[in-house]
Amino acid sequence: MLNKQTIIGVFTTLTLSLSALHAVAAPLEKQAAEKLGLEISTEAKSRDIGWIDNTSDMKMLLRNKQGQESIREIKTKTLELLDDGDKSLTIFNKPRDVKGTSFLSFSHPVGNDDQWLYLPSLKRVKRISSRNKSGPFMGSEFSFEDLSSFELDKYRYNYLGDEQINGIDSFMVEQFPTDENSGYTRRIVWLDKTEYRVQKIDFYDRKNSLLKTLSYKNYQQYLNKFWRADSALMVNHQSGKSTELKWNNYAFKTGLQDSDFNRNTLKRAR
Amino acid sequence: MTVINRIKAVAWSGLLGLNSALLPFSVSADDFEFSGKVGVEQRYFTESAQYNKQLAHTQLSIFVEPEFFWGWNQGSDSLTFKPFYRQDEFDDERTHADIRELSYIHASDDWELRAGIRREFWGVTEFQHLVDVINQTDNVEDTDGEDKLGQLMLNLSLVRDWGIVDIYLLPGFREKTFVGQESRLRGAALVDNDSVSYQSSAENKHLDVAFRWSHSIGAFDIGSYWFHGTNRDPILTPTTEDNEVVLYQYYNQMDQFGLDLQATIDDWLWKFETIYRSTDDDDFWAAQAGFEYTYIGIFDTNADLGLLVEYGWDSRGESDENNLGASIQNDLFFGSRLAFNDMQSSEMLVGLGADLDHNAYSFLIEANHRLGENMKVSLDVRLLQSTYSSDMLYSIKDDDHVQLGLEWFF
Repeated sequence: MLNKQTIIGVFTTLTLSLSALHAVAAPLEKQAAEKLGLEISTEAKSRDIGWIDNTSDMKMLLRNKQGQESIREIKTKTLELLDDGDKSLTIFNKPRDVKGTSFLSFSHPVGNDDQWLYLPSLKRVKRISSRNKSGPFMGSEFSFEDLSSFELDKYRYNYLGDEQINGIDSFMVEQFPTDENSGYTRRIVWLDKTEYRVQKIDFYDRKNSLLKTLSYKNYQQYLNKFWRADSALMVNHQSGKSTELKWNNYAFKTGLQDSDFNRNTLKRAR
Repeated sequence: MTVINRIKAVAWSGLLGLNSALLPFSVSADDFEFSGKVGVEQRYFTESAQYNKQLAHTQLSIFVEPEFFWGWNQGSDSLTFKPFYRQDEFDDERTHADIRELSYIHASDDWELRAGIRREFWGVTEFQHLVDVINQTDNVEDTDGEDKLGQLMLNLSLVRDWGIVDIYLLPGFREKTFVGQESRLRGAALVDNDSVSYQSSAENKHLDVAFRWSHSIGAFDIGSYWFHGTNRDPILTPTTEDNEVVLYQYYNQMDQFGLDLQATIDDWLWKFETIYRSTDDDDFWAAQAGFEYTYIGIFDTNADLGLLVEYGWDSRGESDENNLGASIQNDLFFGSRLAFNDMQSSEMLVGLGADLDHNAYSFLIEANHRLGENMKVSLDVRLLQSTYSSDMLYSIKDDDHVQLGLEWFF
């Protein structure tokens, strides 16, 4: 409750003065850099609130070093909750041997998420541990934490400076995960100055070496407010593998309700 | 032939008796999907057969399981048809067909009606599925009890703030399937599939009922039920027929209370199942409890290692000359599950079961790996050992085997 609504109220007024702060060319003191990093991230989060619910189709293209490819097809339904983390239903369509498998998640800004997996071959719903944040999602270069929703409490922040990325003026914000189970020591996130959209993320592993880079492409605006990329590319610098994501059929305010997220809907999700 | 006819009869009564009353008059399916799998399995038994007429070493079989799905009204209504057929190289009993699913679902905001032939799984433990009671075991498929026959049912599911309540009416009973004389993994005496008797005068047409409540409260997932109807486990009585001992099947009526509980705390899953079964022949308690712990990213790789320990107990105790007993009555199970989390979803499960009352062990390996986009290869190993002649394992102690399987998904 506190983290999302009240803090956002405070910081939206603060962010109005952000541009004035950026004019300061001299390196910022540690405290000021932390404050600015949080402000930028808060503004990014506040601009993406109020979508109520959304559905989308996602295609993952996994590529290994030798260029071999494998496809994953996933459908997601998400319900935005302002007083708790979001509820989501993920339905797997490809590879075909996992078709019909679905995943229900009640995320919480603090503490472990509640997660259930439905295995259609056994007709079994299994409550699973949500501690696995760092593991790969379906053999891809995305870990579970890379695909979870961005919540302010998940990181500590540090503003690093401004940089042009693909010709777009961007803020560089360093984020330090607060969860000890995270697979990263830090991430560096580039957000464009006009719309606060994530353009690029560098991920540093537990030994603080550069592990992966994620780049977003072709942002589209929905309902005149919410920006979503058409595609994203994650490159693993250490293994040479990569995963490309492509989104289709984005829809917002589709009328999803709390009653669309329970064991029963999990079992018949399509 | 008789099996197939029986299935047909069950299927038609399901389709006509229940579904036609519920289906809207004009069905315009705005969503149709056809999918499924076909597979081939080759078993190799390392030792010679213990009994006459059993196959020597190799056993080949093929199976097909297509699925037809129709959905309409934005998915509020759907119809699923999933037949199954297996052809075995030697065993006519293992060559069989079943309708795994032929069911209609209507979903509303806080209730769902499911009608037809379906499968329902209950429970949380891995090495034994005590509380899982709705469907009959398709015992000819495998000895692990995880393959089930479709069950005709009418199921109303109500979603409330305090949990999900399921009410089941189960018309029509399915007899357990048993392998024929050519098969391995059976006892000395064959189960006679034509000598079946029931306690109920309604025989296999008894209307069974079940009520179940399930809920998630924080880290806990809990389920509890009461079942009244035909016992899924037959009492097998040795009878001499043409100088040969065969087993007659008798299905009594039972009342069963069941409870399943899982606590999901950090990397630990704590699991507990218990049942109390009351019949005119005996009353007993049984429980299965244990944990699963997962190490994420072992040895700085992407692989996860899960460790499982479970203990099974049954108040009937071990079997002897005078007492039928239970096969899992004081048994300990260890398992480890290795998930490589690679592009091919490679996985391996190793398990060991030990009877603490007498000398009986079973060991298993199950491994699988995706080939390309639509194929999966699997390797199963089962080693069985017992020196205690009244243990169920004793009769299959020479049936150690390796099974190589290949499945194609479409």
